[in-house]
Amino acid sequence: MHVELTDAQLVARCRSGDRDAWNELVGRFSRYVYAIAIQAFKLPEHDAEDVFQEVFTRAYEHLHKLRDDEAIRPWLAQLTRRLCIDRLRAGSQEQPDDSVEPMDVEDTIGRLDEALAVHEALAILPDNCQDILDRFFARDESYRTIGDALDLPSGTIASRISRCLAKLRVEMEGRNAGSAPS
Amino acid sequence: MSAYDEERLGELLSALPPAPESLVRAAKQLPLMREQVDKILERAETDEEYRRKVVADPEAALEEADVVAHSDAIEILRRKLDE
Repeated sequence: MHVELTDAQLVARCRSGDRDAWNELVGRFSRYVYAIAIQAFKLPEHDAEDVFQEVFTRAYEHLHKLRDDEAIRPWLAQLTRRLCIDRLRAGSQEQPDDSVEPMDVEDTIGRLDEALAVHEALAILPDNCQDILDRFFARDESYRTIGDALDLPSGTIASRISRCLAKLRVEMEGRNAGSAPS
Repeated sequence: MSAYDEERLGELLSALPPAPESLVRAAKQLPLMREQVDKILERAETDEEYRRKVVADPEAALEEADVVAHSDAIEILRRKLDE
């Protein structure tokens, strides 16, 4: 069974110079950072790419300043948000204040936080479930492409997706039950 | 009814498509990039001619050290040379 490091364990390992841990950290948060730039701030692709690079460069340089290792996700979100605002300000001569921020940023980031939690739950499902759900939903691949890639008949893909979603649902409900106030 | 029915889970999975692969690869290479930058700086400290070359063309110095010379790497190198 795959044992997932907590965010705090991952950050501690990165800080001690563990390159595999850094790879994992980038892998764990790359979609989240990019999605904040593209979906929450609606940056054009080239600006989102610059922000992405800068976020991870700064994160690598300043990881030792993070006071609570468990807070890596909100720290990265805040860093991304600041850099997106800088980018929007640079492109907008008329509005030097925070009004460059789109109205629904909070809601979008809230939704991305929830999406990240689902992806974390997905990461502990069996590899075949991770693969098929990621291909179908996140990568938007067709049944045919998935069937070719995973050597599965197209007719079995829908039922496999459904079974994997059921496992994911159990995992998410278990997490929520564990974190619910008593 | 569960808050996580199939439709909701599908929406949340779709909300995080992969970031461009080249960006992810470059971010993963940051530790290697920093190590190479440190080596360049170390050499530039003791070799004045090399230092002049790096100051004149940091991009070439990075490429010579097998580092992808993206803007962050150049910026870090410039900043460190100025310190």
